[in-house]
Parts: sequence; C-alpha cells; structure tokens
Amino acid sequence: MDVLYFAWVRERIGMPRETVETGAETVLDLVDELRRREGRYDAAFADISALRVAVDQELTDFNASLIGAREVAFFPPMTGG
Amino acid sequence: MDIRVQEAAFDMGAEANAFAAKQAGMGAIVTFTGIVRDLPDATLRHMVIEHYPGMTEKALTGIAEQAHARWSLGGSLIIHRYGRLAPDDVIMMVATASRHRKDAFEAAMFLMDYLKSRAPFWKREETADGAEWVAPRGEDEAALEIWSSGT
Repeated sequence: MDVLYFAWVRERIGMPRETVETGAETVLDLVDELRRREGRYDAAFADISALRVAVDQELTDFNASLIGAREVAFFPPMTGG
Repeated sequence: MDIRVQEAAFDMGAEANAFAAKQAGMGAIVTFTGIVRDLPDATLRHMVIEHYPGMTEKALTGIAEQAHARWSLGGSLIIHRYGRLAPDDVIMMVATASRHRKDAFEAAMFLMDYLKSRAPFWKREETADGAEWVAPRGEDEAALEIWSSGT
C-alpha cells in the first residue's frame, strides 16, 4: 500500500511517500502500526484530531476500512483558496 | 466545468473574458480572485502552496459538480496555483455564470467555501523568521455548515 504524507506531516516523517506492507484493516490500525515503528511516526501521529486522511484520494475518517485500498494519505487540515 | 491546477501564473482578466465569451444566454457572471497578502506582524517573502496531485483535481471536480447540481449554472471555472508565490501574486480564481445573478453569486461562494477546506492544498508562509504552515481558521470550517443546513 502506498502511504503519502503532505505539509508538516511530510516534514515530520521526513519523506513524501513510502510503500508499506501491512495487514491493517482500518486507518487507525495503520496509524498504530506506523506509530510503533519509530519516534518520528509517533510524533507525527500523536494527535490525530490535528490530521486528516484520504483513502484512494477520497477524504474519509480514521475508522475507514483499508480493505482493497491502494493509497492512503495523511495531512493537516487543508488551507486552499 | 473547467478545472485547472497549475504552477504557472495566469491573467485573471483574460481568463474572465474567455470564460464570459463561452457563455450563451447567461445574464450574470461572478468572479472571485484570491491574492497573496502580506502578514500583519512580519514581512512575507514567499508563500509556498503544496497540493496532492490527482486528488486535487478530483476534489475540485467534485465540488464543482455539487455546485452545478445545486444551482442553475451555465458554466464554472476554477483555476488554482501551487508552488512558490510572492505577495500580490494571484493564487486562484473561480468564475460562475447563470441566467440571473443569485445562482452565480451563491455558487461562487459555495465553491470558495468548499475549496478552502476540502481541496488538498496547504499554504506555508516564509518570513525572515522562518517558515510556518498556515493554520486553518475556525470560521472557514463554520462556513461549510451554512451550505449543509440548506439556504
């Protein structure tokens, strides 16, 4: 599964994207897996209320299923316009 | 529906005229243009806009489709830039066309309210003191509630 990071999430984790081998069934499961890896992930995901998530380029929430998902992206609230 | 996400600068007057020229029988055209403004407490050197290629175009198309479903529009245009911008640069514009002004005004506001908080763009402001990601304003999120509770 491709995992993408944007804005300060990208800066904290130190890369824009990576391919992750995971059996995570929900976004929250994936976040827990990532947080256990290294301190920089733990720091980036410390407060998920400050984060937004998209699965296959659709905004969703952290309880969303990852079954069949190809791409997950984590980022702060959007500031377009 | 014309959706463009681009790094290059554009001429908002030329775009507004080209958009107007394509409308037939539309009595009202509303345009909004967003400009990089200086900061109240520091001098802004640059604004850098990051986006999520692929999702950005999908999100903007989805927002425009909602506007077309909700109001009677002859056409709509969204142009949004990314990359490095300077103060006074044009960031983005929307244009809407309708037979009567109410649809074009409301749809333009709807497009702006949604693309501010639901299209994957992130602004970073660079000053002499360093760079900071722009935090969303509570009122931007609150603006969406107007549209979900009906007008």
